[in-house]
Amino acid sequence: MTSPNHPSIRTNRTGKLLDIVLILVVTIASLLCLAPMIHILALSLSGNSAIMSGKVTLIPIDMDWTAYKAVFGNDQMIRSLVFTIGMVSLFTMIAMTMTVMAAYPLTKKQLKGRDLFLFVIVVTMFFSGGMIPEYLLVKNLNLLDSIWSLILPGAINAFYLLIIKTFFSSIPLELEESARMDGASHFRILLGIILPLSLPVLATISLFYAVGRWNGFMDALLYITNSNLYPLQLRLYEMVMNSQVNSMLEGIGTAAPVPESLKAASIMFATLPILLVYPWLQRYFVSGMMIGAVKG
Amino acid sequence: MAISTKPMRRTAPRLSFRSLLREWQLYILILVPLMFFVTFKYVPMFGAVIAFKEYNIFKGIWESPWVGFETFREVFQMQGFYLALRNTFMLNLLDLLVSFPLPIILAIVLNELRVQWFKKGVQMVLYLPHFISWVIIGGIAIQLLSTNTGIVNNVLKSFNIQAIPFLTEPILWVFTYLGIGIWQSAGWGTIIYLAALTGINKDLYEAADVDGASRVRKIWHITMPGIKPTIIILLIINIGHMASIGFDRPFVLSNPLVTDVSEVISTYVYKTGIQSARYTIATAIGLFQAVIGLIFLLSADFISRKVNDQGIW
Repeated sequence: MTSPNHPSIRTNRTGKLLDIVLILVVTIASLLCLAPMIHILALSLSGNSAIMSGKVTLIPIDMDWTAYKAVFGNDQMIRSLVFTIGMVSLFTMIAMTMTVMAAYPLTKKQLKGRDLFLFVIVVTMFFSGGMIPEYLLVKNLNLLDSIWSLILPGAINAFYLLIIKTFFSSIPLELEESARMDGASHFRILLGIILPLSLPVLATISLFYAVGRWNGFMDALLYITNSNLYPLQLRLYEMVMNSQVNSMLEGIGTAAPVPESLKAASIMFATLPILLVYPWLQRYFVSGMMIGAVKG
Repeated sequence: MAISTKPMRRTAPRLSFRSLLREWQLYILILVPLMFFVTFKYVPMFGAVIAFKEYNIFKGIWESPWVGFETFREVFQMQGFYLALRNTFMLNLLDLLVSFPLPIILAIVLNELRVQWFKKGVQMVLYLPHFISWVIIGGIAIQLLSTNTGIVNNVLKSFNIQAIPFLTEPILWVFTYLGIGIWQSAGWGTIIYLAALTGINKDLYEAADVDGASRVRKIWHITMPGIKPTIIILLIINIGHMASIGFDRPFVLSNPLVTDVSEVISTYVYKTGIQSARYTIATAIGLFQAVIGLIFLLSADFISRKVNDQGIW
């Protein structure tokens, strides 16, 4: 990077030193980031005596898969995983459909009351009724202990809506103008022209919705009391924080894993799906943040 | 667009029915989303009027009698409310002090890395905690930091150092809360600065090279001024959010031994409203926070307009 025409020995040497310091700093930061998760992984795979004596740090001692057998053999954990996958998929589809349905008309000047609609939507970004009125609404709609209590209240995020709307507005009008001349309807234009041109932003926002829903916890804590409908996060909370983890031990026999390794395996169980899609998540999220940042 | 279509409509009236049909579709499209906003956002907003009523489940929200500010008077006499309010501001302020500068430093460091694959790999690792839910982070925290079985205390014990109650001693809990916040957000927080850094004119660095400027000087005189506007706007946004706090993080990290410092407005509303079913009290607390939060946000926006000539949204 430094200009070859002006080599200065002093700056080169301090530059090298700086490079080493920088690499050291980010390496330590990265290790600090990963170490807690590596420790949990090691715990989940270690034998009981090694865990009890506190010897397990970052490498599993006496490799032992029993904790995973207990977790994967636990009906409740599996049910929560399946339920969560289904719920997140349904939520993402509904949320994306609704968000696009709102975003497209809001880019059209012909839409009477557009400014009012926008105002109505933007207000929700800054003010909300709060936890209790929302809870009472869900209760009054008879949605408590229903999958819809986790899907409907968050089905449109005003901020994501604005991101998609901004993207739709950036598509050159000429592209749809000719279709309009041919008498194409708005539905046709939206489905045939706008959406195919917006795939990257749609993928990004879908992931935003999906990850938010996957990690969401508070609404399930409020709205779901039926243990059959526990999403993974709530199940994990019960298992790890409320130490219900021993319920997994039924039918495991004498070589039962200690609670520490069961908790660690449960944590890994809940983290694994995110880790599996992480490479894609990371890429799309970064680009999504850039859209948001540029938009301001 | 309106200019180009209007004359066409006038000259070709036969198209008007079809074009009207086309516009109908816009209203049909936006109908369901608008119903969503009314039902799930505005109904609760107006539902918050129960803070001014003596709510009776059988009479419903509208039939329940008005009591004015009676509920708020009651709230302002609750010690727990002041504690939660104090903790909310305290944790937010400390969080801002320790969590705000780190992403800036980290972003500058990342920006100085020359080996691209190394930089990409580091970013991948640093962003990861952002995608881990607070429930999982809370579980990890307990496994790492608990006094009896946590690895950190096990290591300390092996050096004959007394176990440190990271999660159960109030003052230490605050540090734990802040540290975990850094762990979760410092990496992800760099993105917005890295985006700002790509906007800095490369010619500036080349000119500095010609002048024989060292890298530290270039960071100080080019990089820092380049991201200064971003720093200021993010600082203002953060101050605007000072009065509101998320639920998950304090909830999963807290425990009965540290409620003196860990109880914040959101968890307090949950406890009074959901667990004790005192709906009007909890709604009033929530409403109070929402109004204070809005005042903070609008002030932040006002300041931002003064300082940066642009609002924060």
